[in-house]
Amino acid sequence: MSSVKYLILRRVVQISILLLYFAGNYYGWKILVGNLSTSVVFGKIPLSDPYAVLQMFVAGAVISSNILIGAVIIFLFYGILGGRAFCSWVCPVNIITDAANWTRRKFGFDMVAKKQPSSRNLRYWVLLISLIISFFLAIPAFEFISPISMVHRGLIFGMGFGWAAVVILYLFDLFVLKNGWCGHICPLGGFYSIIGKFRLLKVKHDSEACTGCMECKIVCPEVQVLHMIDKVSIPVTSGECTNCGRCIDVCKDNALGFFLKVENNNKKGEINNE
Amino acid sequence: MNRKQKKVKSYRQPLSESRRGFLGTTRNIGLAILGGLAWSAYVDEAKANRLLLRPPGALGENDFLKTCIKCGLCVAACRNRDGNIIYDEKGKRIGTKEPTLRLAKPGDNKPLGTPFFIARENPCFMCDDIPCVPACPSGALDLNSLINKKTKKLDINRAKMGLAVVHKESCIAYWGLQCDACYRACPLLGKALTIDMQMNKRTGKHAFLLPVVHSDICTGCGLCEKACVVEKAAIFVLPREYAMGEVGTHYVKGWDSNDQQRVGGAKSIHTIDERSKQKAVDKLNNLGGLLDE
Ligand code: SF4
Ligand code: SF4
Ligand code: SF4
Ligand code: SF4
Ligand code: SF4
Repeated sequence: MSSVKYLILRRVVQISILLLYFAGNYYGWKILVGNLSTSVVFGKIPLSDPYAVLQMFVAGAVISSNILIGAVIIFLFYGILGGRAFCSWVCPVNIITDAANWTRRKFGFDMVAKKQPSSRNLRYWVLLISLIISFFLAIPAFEFISPISMVHRGLIFGMGFGWAAVVILYLFDLFVLKNGWCGHICPLGGFYSIIGKFRLLKVKHDSEACTGCMECKIVCPEVQVLHMIDKVSIPVTSGECTNCGRCIDVCKDNALGFFLKVENNNKKGEINNE
Repeated sequence: MNRKQKKVKSYRQPLSESRRGFLGTTRNIGLAILGGLAWSAYVDEAKANRLLLRPPGALGENDFLKTCIKCGLCVAACRNRDGNIIYDEKGKRIGTKEPTLRLAKPGDNKPLGTPFFIARENPCFMCDDIPCVPACPSGALDLNSLINKKTKKLDINRAKMGLAVVHKESCIAYWGLQCDACYRACPLLGKALTIDMQMNKRTGKHAFLLPVVHSDICTGCGLCEKACVVEKAAIFVLPREYAMGEVGTHYVKGWDSNDQQRVGGAKSIHTIDERSKQKAVDKLNNLGGLLDE
């Protein structure tokens, strides 16, 4: 049965996090204050965006211990556990680009522009360029243009013309490039793809159960990571998988499921998909 | 086969694998340069706007821009500071006033995401406990700069957010009207802002009560700007780098022994040539043959 279990779970997580931030500013709640660049949990634990901190470092800023600790916590969390889970479970832009993707599928825009004119490796170039610019202009370069922060800050501290960023992202992904922002350009997604290479939480495929319907490949925002579908029973190893679980949702044949790789030799793994 | 067909045909010939790879790489490098330059230009432009007031304790603008991580914790602290919360009669929190600090959003034309305030709308109230500064996780707001050396406590009076400047033609006190609204609004009245009394020669019997700002004390809180009664404030806060001149090192106060010390070790250089061998007076007294003629 095709389900929306993970989709709904993700939206709940994404929106709850946003609400907590919002309440942190407007109602003085102490649970989560700040924004995705840096926040403080329960007035104590710092969390920082490691990519932003990397840019600051390259720009020559003195990194305070709070920021450093926060960045290490986040780095370890996604590096060890979730990989790019930030993208699909936390980042507010994901809601926009998913919406664009959905519109594409619903109205069949995919049929009009089949050829993707750009490489998904672009994001690693953007990542590199952001560091070069940060170095030469002595300023965290991506933080000054990041639509992620624009949207996220906007939701917590006031939007201004930030709505334009939302519309631009939506239209770009809808009409210019499929999975354009998150799948090709966003250097933060690229950053998490790199550090998430050895994550423990992965999607596992059972090619014997697979009937080759390819539903998963239709919904996956990073199709290239699903190269093993209907071929071999291996987990999705590419760091570009966002652990969104959409593929698991749409698979009617129990051929996909999350698994936590704690032991390596457990070759087939436990497919946990209710 | 005519020429046209030939052309089309050669164009359609599949590219070799290596040629394709080469063109692809070239295209990517080109795009990277294009994007990188546009990006740099934008960022450079965005950071060029320095005409804004930063929160108390902020580092110098260049360091501030690289250190501030744009988290908004200072803004949240300012919104939720004690005096800013609105309670109903039962003492229940029902909301907050708009805080002094805000994060630059698209459309503000300020470096995006960084905290600033607009004094005429919402000045800094110079909170005793300065909630905004300890909230800053990055050190962009420097707690140490606000610690009073003697008492070892936080001291908002040490803040240097900007400097109030008076435009005397639009200040009605300079017309001879009695105003002193800014003076009364200043948390450091009598120190940062004083009233200079001068005779009004036009009427012959009144005094001008002129506001004068002292840059060594003024914190740039903007309470004066907020209080100013004319349509567009005649006293307003500018970033200190805009509001202040600099003498440089080549002028020394001869009457100030402290300032004299700056040149304590200096030696003068005497150059003696044909003309300066004699003292000027002697030279004049000694014109010799010139007078005889
Ligand atoms: S790729 Fe970038 S914008 Fe997209 S979800 Fe990930 S971090 Fe957010
Ligand atoms: S492989 Fe599955 S979990 Fe990973 S990005 Fe694609 S749909 Fe999401
Ligand atoms: S000192 Fe000024 S900026 Fe800081 S919290 Fe108080 S009013 Fe806000
Ligand atoms: S708390 Fe510090 S780092 Fe965060 S926005 Fe304010 S000045 Fe910047
Ligand atoms: S800005 Fe105005 S009110 Fe504030 S300290 Fe300076 S003179 Fe006083």
